[in-house]
Amino acid sequence: MSTQATSVDKPQHSTASMGGFFKTHLREYGILIALVVIMGLFQFLTDGILMKPINLTNLFLQNSYIIIMALGMLMVIVCGHIDLSVGSVLGFIGALAAVMMVNYDISYPVTFIVCLMVGTLIGAAQGYWVAYYRIPAFIVTLAGMLVFKGLTLWLLNGQSVGPFPDQFQKLSTGFLPDLFPSSDFHVTSMLLGTATATLLVYFNLRTRQKQASYGSTLEPVLFFVARNALIILAILYITYLLSTYKGAPNVLILMALLISVYTFVTQRTTFGRRIYAIGGNEKAAMLSGINTQRLTFLTFANMGMLAALAGMVFAARLNMATPKAGLAFELDVIAAVFIGGASMRGGSGKIIGAVIGALIMGVMNNGMSIMGVGIDWQQVIKGLVLLAAVIFDVYNKNKAG
Amino acid sequence: MDTILEMRHITKTFPGVKALDDVSIQVRDGEIHALVGENGAGKSTLMKVVSGVYPHGTYDGDILFQGEKREFKNISDSESLGIIIIHQELALVPLLSIAENIYLGNEQTANGIIDWPRTFSQTEGLLAKVGLTEPPGTLVGNIGVGKQQLVEIAKALSKDVKLLILDEPTASLNEKESDALLDLLLEFKRNGITSILISHKLNEIRKVADTVTVIRDGAAVSRLDCSQEPISENRIVADMVGRDLSDRFPPRTPDIGEVIFTIRNWNVYHPQHADRQMIRNVSLEVRAGEIVGIAGLMGSGRTELAMSIFGRTYGQKISGQACLHGKEVDLGTVQKAVNCGLAYATEDRKTYGLVLDDTISRNISMANLGGVSNGFIMDDNHEQAVAEDYRRKINIKSPDVNQKTVNLSGGNQQKVVLSKWLFTDPDVLILDEPTRGIDVGAKYEIYNIINELAAQQKAIIVISSEMPELLGISDRIYVMNEGELVGEMPKADASQEAIMTMIIQSGRH
Repeated sequence: MSTQATSVDKPQHSTASMGGFFKTHLREYGILIALVVIMGLFQFLTDGILMKPINLTNLFLQNSYIIIMALGMLMVIVCGHIDLSVGSVLGFIGALAAVMMVNYDISYPVTFIVCLMVGTLIGAAQGYWVAYYRIPAFIVTLAGMLVFKGLTLWLLNGQSVGPFPDQFQKLSTGFLPDLFPSSDFHVTSMLLGTATATLLVYFNLRTRQKQASYGSTLEPVLFFVARNALIILAILYITYLLSTYKGAPNVLILMALLISVYTFVTQRTTFGRRIYAIGGNEKAAMLSGINTQRLTFLTFANMGMLAALAGMVFAARLNMATPKAGLAFELDVIAAVFIGGASMRGGSGKIIGAVIGALIMGVMNNGMSIMGVGIDWQQVIKGLVLLAAVIFDVYNKNKAG
Repeated sequence: MDTILEMRHITKTFPGVKALDDVSIQVRDGEIHALVGENGAGKSTLMKVVSGVYPHGTYDGDILFQGEKREFKNISDSESLGIIIIHQELALVPLLSIAENIYLGNEQTANGIIDWPRTFSQTEGLLAKVGLTEPPGTLVGNIGVGKQQLVEIAKALSKDVKLLILDEPTASLNEKESDALLDLLLEFKRNGITSILISHKLNEIRKVADTVTVIRDGAAVSRLDCSQEPISENRIVADMVGRDLSDRFPPRTPDIGEVIFTIRNWNVYHPQHADRQMIRNVSLEVRAGEIVGIAGLMGSGRTELAMSIFGRTYGQKISGQACLHGKEVDLGTVQKAVNCGLAYATEDRKTYGLVLDDTISRNISMANLGGVSNGFIMDDNHEQAVAEDYRRKINIKSPDVNQKTVNLSGGNQQKVVLSKWLFTDPDVLILDEPTRGIDVGAKYEIYNIINELAAQQKAIIVISSEMPELLGISDRIYVMNEGELVGEMPKADASQEAIMTMIIQSGRH
């Protein structure tokens, strides 16, 4: 999972010098390196438990809903806003799904679709005030956070509701079916992983060729090879590990699809470009004929939809909707986006950064839990990492400016 | 006269750039010393060295103030000696009162408690000196920019100023306010206060300056003594740009065609105060290949008119008729206006024109993403090619189109804004203060672009507060005052005097 993102950044009809290139792309590589270092560190500190197939599977399951919401949050933040309500919306939709399926026996596909629609509506309702009435998103979504926290309690009557039909649970706890169910090894997952890696490298190569044909400055060959080798190795290694357990979890496939779709939308479409322009300078965007209000509205609606999806994934994983579901998740999601390099002022940040940011948080949570670090110190350390990442950003920017 | 300030062999380097290269200047006690030069020539840097913004040790050379060598570590060092600098961006807090602003950081206290009566009465005295009649309790945000400038000066007076440095003080003032400010400087001069005036406006310099130092490319290239010889603008301009600009406006033979764009009975009301009419019964027309100027004082409604036409981005209860090529058109949103072939390059390019953190290419494509995509999916290579084409064609000085626009000079930023609108292929271009804050050389290039567009039979409306500019480039000039068009004159009849007379006679009071 990388990066049409690094495409055209500093062309000068040649290949950039390695030192210079590294400096200008410090943030992009920095975060990837940070993830690798943190994983290595915890692999060592947990005596190798971190990368055990079963733990790796857990790691993805535990962080799927954060990553899913980070995709939407990135766009909201790029647009220059924030959404504090996502944790509560996640909880509310989980509760709604539970009540529909358990109390009213509504079938899971209908529930799934209705919940997505309700989530979109919630996002749209909040986006409406932000976009068309220019009420600060902080206030609107803070209100939303309280409202949906309350509605969750009301819906669940203060109690947990579950369990869910098996099919619905599969959304989160299911695995890709193996087409060759003979051995202990999950061949399909491995094949899929290989195909994904190949495809990514193919896309990267094609982008590079296009850049070369236009005459942009190219990433130094060594970097390009190293980056692609790292991607292939990482994907193959992880799918190999997963294949020795139960294979790729459904939710991993779902995430991979969403990540590619959102990377494409933000980096390669006019819609994405306009969102960056709005975050960069809303007035200039408006005076250039960009419908800033509608796009702001849509990013919030999209955020609501993803929060709903995450809500169902989360509920399916617990096999239960609880009144406390989603508590403070918004903070993890927002932290992931900022660790991933997005700017508080809007206008910058990348999907892949937000995903890596979420993974960094996830690996730290997971690793520290395995080590038996108390929740108290976990919070302290996560807070410091967030601060360090942003300080690093600001420091770099000042040096560059 | 004695020398109050002498700077000897000042050299200041930033990473990669020599901003000042062995600059020496002398300012005599009690004079008004004008510092002129193109943007980026090093005037502001020089003044930051004097005032301690760049502390001693970060530059080479010596500063002598009142005959003694000084080593300022920060601004308060220089302020304590009476060197006060007023920056281009005013440093006032809009939500505090005039009195609070004047004594901010210098509060008049008795036993650690602010003595408000004393603060207010002293403020009144200071305001009287600068000719302001506002009560000292007025919030700074509620008075105009011109008056805010005067508050800054009053603040300087409160600190017992010996040397007052003003960095382009009249950049955002109208003619009347500018005159008042210049008169104030002359009065200070009579009271023995020395001033250094950084300005782009040569007529102001001619009016008040005793000595002119021209800075070019980080070096002081000439020093003109106005008491010895009358200042010739052409001489100053030639020194500034390093070549003889005998004509500040490129020659052009107008080729004017059919009427393309007309506005009839245009009325606009204030966006917040629905009963306040901002634009009253404006009717105008522009022909193909014609450059039409709109003259007027600051606040006469020119920008408001342009923005209300362009996608109704200003005002409410807008009524009137807009016709393109003889057909009435709906310009209700920016998108519609752009689709009709209208383009509006805003007055303030940093706030309204550019996404500063984005690259040149991304800014150029912003108003016409359809032109570099299939409607949804971007074609990055095409986008680069388009931007590269404009970079070469209109000479945007930058190694490539992937530089952030924040790093460009004002003139090059303006070229990016123009490229953005040219890429929408408009028939009618409204250019609001197209050369504000950019240096003489770049202005000439912008005029060339405007002429080129007119030659392509586009209809062009130029709004400008610099009358010589309007007179130099327009085929016809509308004069606007208090929201109304009060007159119209062809180039042949136009002069600064004629325009001012029209404005003054139209006053409704």
